[in-house]
Amino acid sequence: MRVLKYLSLVGASVVVLLPPLVLVMASLKTHQEFATTGPFDPPHSWFNLHNYAVAFNQGHMLRGFVNTSIILAVSLAGTVLIGSMAAYAIDRFEFRLRGTVIALFLLATLVPGVTTQVATFKVVDALSLYDTRWSAIALFLGTDIIAIYIFRQFLRGVPTELDEAAALEGAGPFTIYRRIILPLMKPAIATVVIIKGIAIYNEFYIPFLYMPSQELGVISTSLFRFKGPFGAQWEVISAGVILVIVPTLIVFLLLQRFIYNGFTAGATK
Amino acid sequence: MTSSPTRPRRRTRRRGPVTPYAFLVAPLAFLVVFTYIPVANMFWYSVTSWDGLSPSKEFVGLDNYVEIFTRPELFGVLKVSIYYIGASVVQIVLALYFATILSFNTRLRNLFKGVIFFPYLINGVAIGMIFLFFFQPGGTLDSALGAVGLGGLQQQWLGNPDVVNYSLAGTSIWRYLGLNFVLFLGAIQSIPAHLYEAAELDGAGRWAQFRYIIMPGIRPVVGLSFILAISGSLSVFEIPFIMTGGANESETFVIQTVNMAFKYYKFGLASAMAVVLLVIILLVTWLQRRVAPDEKVTLS
Repeated sequence: MRVLKYLSLVGASVVVLLPPLVLVMASLKTHQEFATTGPFDPPHSWFNLHNYAVAFNQGHMLRGFVNTSIILAVSLAGTVLIGSMAAYAIDRFEFRLRGTVIALFLLATLVPGVTTQVATFKVVDALSLYDTRWSAIALFLGTDIIAIYIFRQFLRGVPTELDEAAALEGAGPFTIYRRIILPLMKPAIATVVIIKGIAIYNEFYIPFLYMPSQELGVISTSLFRFKGPFGAQWEVISAGVILVIVPTLIVFLLLQRFIYNGFTAGATK
Repeated sequence: MTSSPTRPRRRTRRRGPVTPYAFLVAPLAFLVVFTYIPVANMFWYSVTSWDGLSPSKEFVGLDNYVEIFTRPELFGVLKVSIYYIGASVVQIVLALYFATILSFNTRLRNLFKGVIFFPYLINGVAIGMIFLFFFQPGGTLDSALGAVGLGGLQQQWLGNPDVVNYSLAGTSIWRYLGLNFVLFLGAIQSIPAHLYEAAELDGAGRWAQFRYIIMPGIRPVVGLSFILAISGSLSVFEIPFIMTGGANESETFVIQTVNMAFKYYKFGLASAMAVVLLVIILLVTWLQRRVAPDEKVTLS
């Protein structure tokens, strides 16, 4: 029984790790070497970083990282701001249309984004956002209900005494939001930044559809474009793949606990 | 609804009628512009023969819908979803198994947990490339089969129409297993420990513990996973789009929809297809709520 358990765990680990590890080895081989060796043969030199240089420069991965970083920073700041404002309004105020607003947000979670892309495209086009970074940013901000949901869940558990005390001292709602609510929401902000950050980093279709210019390539679209020019150079494609995974791996190793909690909080309830 | 008796404290927080709207202007503007307007437009486009470019749209009634259901090559691609639904079942069973064994004392528990979960975090294009290499002739899979003496099984994993959907659905399991696994593990760990202790005192074995303590405890999460798996299987897009582009009979309904719109400029027909998919997914969600009303489904 115990043997079976560990055997299955080792088996699963091999199945998970083997496919990417083979690419690590491929990325360290020369073109000639790749052509003449099998996938499981180790590279001649473990420090041959030539393919990484090619991927970075000719493959424009550097540009991809810059574009992804810009979109990531603006979208995350916007998501935190918009989501926390909406959660604050919904959770801390009484107003006539409160029920309607909640229903609007909830109903939107049922619409899978991928089905509406055909019509969303025309909206983005009409707003002249097509083929600009703003298209991706606007869509990341506009179609994110999960953040609002996480913020609201969190705010529900925060006692109102603090904002009431501040109100008694004459603080207006904007001061309360900025000085009290936002700082109190730090743990929820961390959750949203992690979940949303990973989702944006990995997003493929939105940048692919809305930002076709080469100069606007993000990491996903830049790597996707490797298929053409490097079609016969698996060692370069492999280097590109590893370049994309390494930042994710580092973030995962550093923030494991937050990531597990974040995804558990984000996907259930 | 707004003055629910369970939350009376809310009433003390009235600060003038304008303030909440000031905070909601931006969130609602984004919500309406990027969710509700597209959905409304989609319904409208779906009854026109619009090509997506010309300034005028000709009303054609339900012609597009009739076309979807009468041209087998249009609606028929939904069959491909069956492979992914099958894969989801395998995925959920595997996730349940690994979550259960890792919820008991295990050496290197965190390492195994991390290894099983990590693929879920990897960029979809990177996964597509990893598995293009994995499945290509002479690639990882063929070499591994050769190494263990199963060279006879080597074949065109992505080129053979009879096999390609199994390959792609397998890739999908590799990618998404981790999320199910972590959700299940979290749910299992929130089951009070004294229940296991009591069961062990009663002489219940591991299987009995799984059957009578773990399963009932995590039923809602498993239910949620199934519903997400079904709507996910109906709208599969990324992996086949990146890996095969829909070639060799691996085309899915969503790939076909976006091709219809952006390759063949049939926006009317594409919108009708999107409406059909939306309705099917809403129907599945609604059914699940009828069958198990206590299990909340909120995101996709």
